[in-house]
Amino acid sequence: MNIRKFDNIGETLYTDTLDNGLRVLYVRKPDFRMSYAVIAVKYGGAYRRFLVGDKWHDTPAGVAHFLEHKLFDMPDGSDALTALSENGASPNAFTSCGMTAYHFDCTESFEKNLKTLAGFVTTPYFTPDSVAKEQGIIAQEIGMFDDRPSFVVYNRLIRMLYAKHPIRDQVAGTVSSIAEITDKTLYDCYNAFYRPSNMVLCAAGSIEPERFFFLAHELLNSLPDGEIPQPDFGEMGVSAPLETYHEERMELSAPQFLIGCALDFPLSGKALQRRMIVGMLALRTLFGTSGDFYNRLYGEGLLNRDYDYEIDCTAGTATFMLGGESPDPKRVLKELCDALSEVKVKGLSPNAFERAKKASFGARLRGLEDFDNLCIALTESALSDYCSLDSFSLLSEITVGECEEFLIQNIDPDRLALSVLLPNEVTK
Amino acid sequence: MESVRKEILPGVWLTALRSDKFKTACLSVSLLTQHNRENAALNALIPFVLSRGTSRHPDMQAIVSGLDGLYGSCIEPVVRRIGEIQCIGFYASFPDGRYLPGGADVLQSVAALMGELLLYPNTKGGLLLPDYVEGEKDKLLEIIRSRVNEKRSYAMMRLLEEMCCYEDFAVPRFGLEASAEGIYYRRLTKHYRNLLLTSPVELFYCGSADFDSLETALTDALCTMPRGEIDYDIGTDIRMNAVSEQVREFTEEMPVSQGKLVMGFRLGECMEEPNLPAIYVFNAVFGGGVTSKLFMNVREKLSLCYYASSLVDTHKGLLIADSGIDADKLDAVKSEILAQLDAVRNGQVTEAELNTAKSCVVSDLRSTMDSQGALEGFYLANAIDGIDCDPNELAELANDVTLDDIVAIARSAVLDAVYFLCPDGEEDSNEHQEI
Repeated sequence: MNIRKFDNIGETLYTDTLDNGLRVLYVRKPDFRMSYAVIAVKYGGAYRRFLVGDKWHDTPAGVAHFLEHKLFDMPDGSDALTALSENGASPNAFTSCGMTAYHFDCTESFEKNLKTLAGFVTTPYFTPDSVAKEQGIIAQEIGMFDDRPSFVVYNRLIRMLYAKHPIRDQVAGTVSSIAEITDKTLYDCYNAFYRPSNMVLCAAGSIEPERFFFLAHELLNSLPDGEIPQPDFGEMGVSAPLETYHEERMELSAPQFLIGCALDFPLSGKALQRRMIVGMLALRTLFGTSGDFYNRLYGEGLLNRDYDYEIDCTAGTATFMLGGESPDPKRVLKELCDALSEVKVKGLSPNAFERAKKASFGARLRGLEDFDNLCIALTESALSDYCSLDSFSLLSEITVGECEEFLIQNIDPDRLALSVLLPNEVTK
Repeated sequence: MESVRKEILPGVWLTALRSDKFKTACLSVSLLTQHNRENAALNALIPFVLSRGTSRHPDMQAIVSGLDGLYGSCIEPVVRRIGEIQCIGFYASFPDGRYLPGGADVLQSVAALMGELLLYPNTKGGLLLPDYVEGEKDKLLEIIRSRVNEKRSYAMMRLLEEMCCYEDFAVPRFGLEASAEGIYYRRLTKHYRNLLLTSPVELFYCGSADFDSLETALTDALCTMPRGEIDYDIGTDIRMNAVSEQVREFTEEMPVSQGKLVMGFRLGECMEEPNLPAIYVFNAVFGGGVTSKLFMNVREKLSLCYYASSLVDTHKGLLIADSGIDADKLDAVKSEILAQLDAVRNGQVTEAELNTAKSCVVSDLRSTMDSQGALEGFYLANAIDGIDCDPNELAELANDVTLDDIVAIARSAVLDAVYFLCPDGEEDSNEHQEI
């Protein structure tokens, strides 16, 4: 067991790697009633084509997510989701492009719940019947996404930015792609990806660390390790967008937009972490809610409070996105390009940079308060070979020059794409 | 967690929870007023306009820059509706000094800025700036119109509008579009001044500060608040029975791929002396989570939908069940939801179901103690309902709920209205178009 103290933020992180390669992380929170645990696998919606041994496998869109739904089924006919809930826990799971995660929080019986979690994640059980039944439920879920403006505007942006990467497709797949999934598909993908050295267990709670690591060992060490498949994402590196503008209509009240570009980021490790921190700090300095850009456009009615920006790193991609609601998304794009060009000439304001740094520290500190947020960040960082808690000390090292360089080198106004959703026209 | 409740200024009540376990602190101020057709939009607009500028921080950029300098402290305008009480004000969250360089203490600065936002807006000739009022009015109108964007919550709102058409509860949280359109700066200024004079005010704090320094910081920040005769005569009208004998049904067509069914019930006679823990446990059995009857039967067993769940509003006495479905399954889902309610009415609840429901409710209540945001909401609702009970005490009571208790609630519930957002069949297939 390794112990790392982060005195500046009052946290201690305990880590270990089981003999079979599964990484375990624990944060002790003795004053809280709640406990939380997550088991995550580096396998998500984008992992459709992969190499095991010398054989390439091509799988339909939506397998990782389908597997997530079905893994709760147990051979005795019971359902782990129900078992956890019956025990007072709040269980849930999600699948992104780059990972699948199963988690719960509870205020009682943490050990029993942890055992149930580890039990179902390591017990695949799929039948033709249960797969057929789930197809109906997931088809409904896909329908829900198609009606959700935030998803549609995001998906259309991604489809302009990435020509081949499977991040283009909805994680849940389509009604026709999931119809191709069988129990065998699920077993094959489970056996390929659910390998200990491709997985992480992370928890926060009040039990003693020694006890937690003892349980982790008991519950998960017997899982056999194997070769981890090599995914093929179709393209690597950054190329120009296929198109730079796309609009669509939906039942909406006001236009929504998302501006973005693909970023050339390191794939993992501290280099990735530093680039993400530099990138977010640069964006906060230039586009943050205390900055000139946002306040001027807000004052002119071009932006409102429904506004955000981020860098999303998943399945080997890194994407800059800025969006919200606006009566004139094209104007917002033009103003954004002007702001970027100005950085080339004048640099960033040192005052705005120092403010952004302080604000970023506070926002990250707030993020530690929520167990889900804390553990998912730790898990994602472990799967990408860095530690999210290092971000506080890293943040203090970043200079304004580094942020300027980031903006100039990474966000080229000519490579920005704009995705717009317009309200349906009223027909009389 | 040590808690104190005290009236620190006339009609200004502070609830304070002291705890060292959090890394941030929260502070909120809420002005309470009657939620109704005429005033809801006016009330809702106030915190947004106040956020635009104060006498010392004349614009939003000055305010947010100040907050960023206080290590990313936030003060957000908040508009809530609890029953038929509208709560408008600000919610602040800021880092605890123990984790800041040099142990900087930001409580006093945040409290002072919050007081300034509430009491000293940027004005000209004593009136709120027309430019700010118009700008925020347009944004409020956009918020009101944007309800159509998320179909599940839209369907829920539409049901409440139809079901409670004779009650103020039908008015959405941010008010009605028509009344928002009629707002202008003089009228808003007058309304704002009146609200300051008459509204009961609730303050909430959770963090590591001791009570004395907290009280001093807040009294300093708010002592100049003009107070008149406080209007304590506000409340929620709870209707016990359905509006008409025949269940009212409403259907609306829209180009969507999934239909949304929402069924609205009055909780009925049990609201005369509501047994809150029993209502929570009843809801957990019926449709509250993944072990509930709705989830297990409508979704899992019959595979009729992607979601089927229920919620209760104990302030207004409502039970709402909703489900995302294909249009051709409407009748099947509707009758299955009613069949599941009948099952509870007939006591067809296993001991396992009851125990699971209880442990979910207990766990939810206990975990409230671990989240400042959840605590703030809990204590504000308590203050409005006049309840003096912490989440742990309520959890203990939930543990004692019996089958008879929940059967009584199920029997008391009356179906009043049904709303269906129906796909009009013009939506494209689920396949994404190629770009």
